[in-house]
Amino acid sequence: MSDAITPPAPSEKSPSAHLEHAPPAHPERSRGTGFHVAHHFSSAEVQFDANKMGVWLFLVTEVLLFGGMFCAFAVFRSWYFPAFVAGHDLLSKAAGSTNTAVLITSSLTMALAVRSAQMNRKGLTLGFLVATLLFAATFLVIKYFEYHEHWASGELPGALFGHPYMNLKLSNPALAHPLRGESLFFMTYFVMTGIHAVHVLVGMGLITWMLVRTSKGQFSSRYYSPLENVGLYWHLVDIIWIFLFPLLYLIG
Amino acid sequence: MSDSTTPAHPERSAPAHPERSRGTAAGTNYLNAQRGIKSWLTTLDHKRIGIMYLVSVLTAFLLGGIFALIIRIKLLFPGHYLITRAQYNELFTLHGAIMIFLFIIPSIPASLGNFFVPMMIGAKDVAFPRLNLMSLYIYWVGAAMALLVILIGGVSTGWTFYAPFSEGPDAGHVILMTVAVFILGFSSILTGLNFIVTIHKLRAPGMTWFKMPLFLWSIYATSLVQILATPVLGITMVLLALDRGFHIGIFDPRYGGDPVLFQHFFWFYSHPAVYIMILPGMGIISELIAVHARRRIFGYTFVAFSSIAIALLGFLVWGHHMFVSGQSVMAGAVFSFLTFFIAIPSGVKVFNWLATLYQGSISLRAPMLYALSFLFLFTIGGLTGIFLGMLSVDVHLHDTYFVVAHFHYVMMGGTVMAFVGGLHHWWPKMTGRMYSEAWARLSAILIFIGFNATFFPQFILGSRGMPRRYYAYLPEFQGLHVFSTFGSWVIGAGFFIMLGYLVYSLKAGAVASTNPWGAASLEWQTATPPPTENFPVQPVAEHGPYDFEEVVAAQAALEGSAS
Repeated sequence: MSDAITPPAPSEKSPSAHLEHAPPAHPERSRGTGFHVAHHFSSAEVQFDANKMGVWLFLVTEVLLFGGMFCAFAVFRSWYFPAFVAGHDLLSKAAGSTNTAVLITSSLTMALAVRSAQMNRKGLTLGFLVATLLFAATFLVIKYFEYHEHWASGELPGALFGHPYMNLKLSNPALAHPLRGESLFFMTYFVMTGIHAVHVLVGMGLITWMLVRTSKGQFSSRYYSPLENVGLYWHLVDIIWIFLFPLLYLIG
Repeated sequence: MSDSTTPAHPERSAPAHPERSRGTAAGTNYLNAQRGIKSWLTTLDHKRIGIMYLVSVLTAFLLGGIFALIIRIKLLFPGHYLITRAQYNELFTLHGAIMIFLFIIPSIPASLGNFFVPMMIGAKDVAFPRLNLMSLYIYWVGAAMALLVILIGGVSTGWTFYAPFSEGPDAGHVILMTVAVFILGFSSILTGLNFIVTIHKLRAPGMTWFKMPLFLWSIYATSLVQILATPVLGITMVLLALDRGFHIGIFDPRYGGDPVLFQHFFWFYSHPAVYIMILPGMGIISELIAVHARRRIFGYTFVAFSSIAIALLGFLVWGHHMFVSGQSVMAGAVFSFLTFFIAIPSGVKVFNWLATLYQGSISLRAPMLYALSFLFLFTIGGLTGIFLGMLSVDVHLHDTYFVVAHFHYVMMGGTVMAFVGGLHHWWPKMTGRMYSEAWARLSAILIFIGFNATFFPQFILGSRGMPRRYYAYLPEFQGLHVFSTFGSWVIGAGFFIMLGYLVYSLKAGAVASTNPWGAASLEWQTATPPPTENFPVQPVAEHGPYDFEEVVAAQAALEGSAS
């Protein structure tokens, strides 16, 4: 893979090339390249740093958003430990592991897309972005089959627990006599993976937007800030899953 | 000093600068650079966004205030009067929710902060102007949803939405309200994020962290809390809505869920949120006291770092809202202990402000009157907070009018006084007009007297056992309730007078000079009202924000050379 992305010019080798680049001669006229220093920034460099800092701060809020749910998970797991062990047995480790591999690979392709843009390889950037999108879609499809399985078996949160819909029979006889708190395991499972899935969907929207902007030729070694920031968001979505997977699927 | 790079007189440097060549230097400012409603709704100018926020939060304040007046009128009589019990529950819920989420949280940061943070650091705008406008639109969407809740029948949970009552049949339109709060939280996060990046990245040359006006330190600390706490409120509101809508069970004991967990989540945000409310007010007080006593702030670094300390300590004390909610005795003791620590940075601020006033040239203009009101009322509010932080005392005072009075002394006596003081202080810069000082003083005195008449009796009521949020009460409490209601009318009169003379000043007020108070921070060193990009040339911070001697010397030099 590494020879496929050999930089075209030795001077462009460093990913930190943005620090060297000078603003174009007519910053407010260069819409064709997508590069634009807003009037209130003293230089392209300050704008780049500010955008990146803004995204990092936004990612902090995302961590805290999920933090609340991780906290609820910890509380209920300590209260209803046997039920949580029984619950985790009902999750498909194969599906979870596959999804983990899929999502980690999508993070790699995202990082490679940013790197390709830094090296002015537009075609390669587009290819990696499409690959990232496909991996994200694969993740959601696998998630859908998992959800469907739980739905059909009545492995659902709260009041829905043990009530199979669409006249399907309980596939798991253990649910006839659930442990106290088992519905809470599926509450945390559905809420955490559900909100994570919403983030995957948002990420797919953002990646599509990046795809459009890349195809218009708006990114280059001199300007790729939006692409990198979408990448940061995508890695966060990935990292959250990397915490969700062992907590929900693996530890018993 | 007349060759100062601080652009004290934009008129003089105007010809050199292309961006000002559109109009005469004195004529073009952010208010008249573009005209028409569309130019406001699509503006990216932080000053215009600040003004739109100001109008919005003051409208919310008016609405919440009218609800409060109706509640007080009902409480003139112990039994059934004027409104039904259900309407009473909805009124105090909406009073609380509107005042907290629509008024006091965005009040200072989103209006005065938006207007003055970039100006004080010598920047042209906030770091993300589009995001700034977006936060205003998000705020409007949240506000519209909250208004919709009022129109279709209200909520009766109190602004705290405690489960399991909020999941029951009598709670009203909880889901819509929690979605509104979630949306408003998003707006608050975006504002905080914008300010943090702005303060980090857009400071003018020479504007080191310790040359920033203290208002900026407090806004920075506020923004930290907004970013770190608000997401937890967001997820709490989502979970509550899901629990009410789909019975997922998280806060519902029927399915093993835990209502106390809701309280933990809620207060993990909502206790730091009271510092989102008070910290910007403290920042304004630092400006008002220094400028209107014409004295360099005493202990700048202590005041600056006490803001950060309050922001961080504020995350460790949420459990003091839950002393009687069934948390463990050990947790209660730890939270009580940590709560007392908060008093230290607050005390540092109050003593430094007093030391600044000592031997200052105090001018009792309206901003200073509000600053003095703040010192008096916030001290009472803060000290009664210590009563409530004590485990044994709180068991007696919990959920009584004592809590209501404490909260209003800190929030209205603190934040609202600071907000209104700051509004008067910066009114000339924002509008280009002077308000009527005589009317402003009258209104400040009325509000101060009315405030104490309203809320001091509530301390007594609470210590005698009058529970909060009750529709009916024992006849022996009626005297103090009536006194409190009379006080609320005096406050109302004070605010309506203020509305009158402020609106009047827009039409007929004296034209304000560049720097009517002789302040030293950068926002006063540009034209009044400011031009669209704030400064005709990039300003350089040459002296500290409270070096008044240099401002006096510079103005004298300018006047000397002009004549």
